[in-house]
Amino acid sequence: MTVPILEARNLTKHFPVKRGLLGRGSDVVRAVDDVSFAIEPGRTLGVVGESGCGKTTTAKLVLHLEAPTSGAIRFEGRDLQTFDRGALREYRRSVQAVFQDPYASLNPRMRVGSIIAEPLVTNESLPAGAARKRVAHLLEVVGLPERSADLFPHEFSGGQRQRIAIARALALSPKLVVLDEPVSALDVSIRAQILNLLRDLQSRLGLSYLFIAHDLAAVAHMSHTIAVMYLGKIVEIGNAETVAATPRHPYTQALFSAALPSHPDEKRDEVVVTGEVPSPLAPPAGCRFHPRCPHAMARCSAEEPALLPEAGRLVACHLYTGVRVSVGAAAR
Amino acid sequence: MSLLLDVRGLSTHYVSARGTRVTRAVDQVSFALEEGETLGIVGESGSGKTTLALSLLRLLPPAARIVAGEVRFEGDDLLRKPAAEMRRIRGKRIAMILQDPMASLNPLFTIGDQVAEPIRIHEGAGRRGAWVRARELLRAVRISAPELRVREYPHQMSGGMRQRIVGAIAISCEPRLLIADEPTTSLDVTIQAQYLNLLRDLQRAHHLAMIFITHNLGIVAKMCDRVAVMYAGRMVEGGPIRKIFNAPAHPYTKALLESIPRLGDGRARLTAIDGQPPDPANPPAGCAFHPRCPRVMDHCRQEAPPELVVGESQTARCWLAADRR
Repeated sequence: MTVPILEARNLTKHFPVKRGLLGRGSDVVRAVDDVSFAIEPGRTLGVVGESGCGKTTTAKLVLHLEAPTSGAIRFEGRDLQTFDRGALREYRRSVQAVFQDPYASLNPRMRVGSIIAEPLVTNESLPAGAARKRVAHLLEVVGLPERSADLFPHEFSGGQRQRIAIARALALSPKLVVLDEPVSALDVSIRAQILNLLRDLQSRLGLSYLFIAHDLAAVAHMSHTIAVMYLGKIVEIGNAETVAATPRHPYTQALFSAALPSHPDEKRDEVVVTGEVPSPLAPPAGCRFHPRCPHAMARCSAEEPALLPEAGRLVACHLYTGVRVSVGAAAR
Repeated sequence: MSLLLDVRGLSTHYVSARGTRVTRAVDQVSFALEEGETLGIVGESGSGKTTLALSLLRLLPPAARIVAGEVRFEGDDLLRKPAAEMRRIRGKRIAMILQDPMASLNPLFTIGDQVAEPIRIHEGAGRRGAWVRARELLRAVRISAPELRVREYPHQMSGGMRQRIVGAIAISCEPRLLIADEPTTSLDVTIQAQYLNLLRDLQRAHHLAMIFITHNLGIVAKMCDRVAVMYAGRMVEGGPIRKIFNAPAHPYTKALLESIPRLGDGRARLTAIDGQPPDPANPPAGCAFHPRCPRVMDHCRQEAPPELVVGESQTARCWLAADRR
């Protein structure tokens, strides 16, 4: 088996929240709680979940913008915590990001050429001529004309700006790119262009992606593996086609049945979940999904289910551990 | 069924401060809506879909002018009504739900006051009576413990609850038409599904007609009977949803349907539409879609196609449709 580009082991991030007068008491938001996953070279891990599920905190941990409370991130088999300054610098070059809003992520006062060249200049101290050549090459890779380098971001549309952001992310030849909602701010007719570009770049440059989005069809289209998060936990993780076609966790089932149809005649079994996502300050005991779950049992509110293999993927749900026990009992 | 809304040749232009530049935000749009029916208006940003909705209610910003057309609602042309009469129609006969519920609720007033306000204004109900109705309305939009919630403020509610409260305000005076402008864009997937189901239940219970303004064809597929596709201010295609989804007549509609990733179709590449949506202030000559159209002809660059009937109650603005007839 190949060594994953990036591996998260029991990754946990808690944020302290000040409470009460003068901020004396303190509570903890369990933004990411005991999460493990691996991203193979040249593959895409898609993370789906609703707001507050911890997907953006996961991205920040991977980008080393937040330090984990506990657990580890291993990059090409080595623990990030053991990295010295030089190794961390190298890590930051190898892991780049493209964010949701290309209107906010590009400096309006810089020319596009300088925006794309900035990581090259700060990290590689390239001479101006060589940097200009690399910028021209990067613009070509993302499908923009060479003269774009002399223009300012406001002279471009949303889709073109996202191409500029992608070119900047690719400037240092990264191994992993974190894509945090890369197409949700774009017009519908432009999204397919950017998704196609990202897939082409992956096969051409052998990139790995951590793809975070709320559009389930886009995640299923882009990913090799899908992780479904709910209130800081991974509730289901496995092969993208398997998870999308036959979701097993009741939350995944609800999420996919809530996705909008692509044709008026498309019929979905409506799995109705009631209520809303509880506050991550006080997540429910036991399985965090049990107050909204249509299949909740007594056990679900008492005991937290572990992520266990079930039908070719991992699922954290007592429905399947329960079935296994009764099948075993029948066999005895 | 009887005709509720009949829009004919509606054109709304934005005029720049010096009066030199004119943007045709809505250009000769015509459609009709029966009672209890749902119309989806889809388009990208700058296609004129929101300006179209605001034109129906005459809630346009000062720079905008309705330069032509008729908006016949229950038989009368809304564009000829005096301002005072329009105020009696807005919120009473036609209600609107906007994208961001936090922007449509006043943070300084309780939920009860805000749900009761249109009932007091339009129906002259007293405070006590209006608050009783407000509690019933909150129950109808599935807010739990409404007797407590009426005393609370918008910041104490989640995004999904706020949007349901906006829904309660919208139906408070039993309107005949509800216009919803991207009502679920700020909501999570499962909350969106809950809200859309709620709107459909309210529609059935009150026999409401609805106009959904959205960029999302999935919402159209789930909610609507008819759809109007907008591009650069024009309605490029309109008709019953099954006809549009099964046999789109306009290349833009076809390309849009093909460019969307679908669950479980396993395509390696999406069919992308080349180019960018046009600048509404400076659209291309002829058919505005021609620079991006895979089936462009010489004719398209010179002359904008008129609205052509391509089938039973299906229309398209495309020269190809002229041949198809």
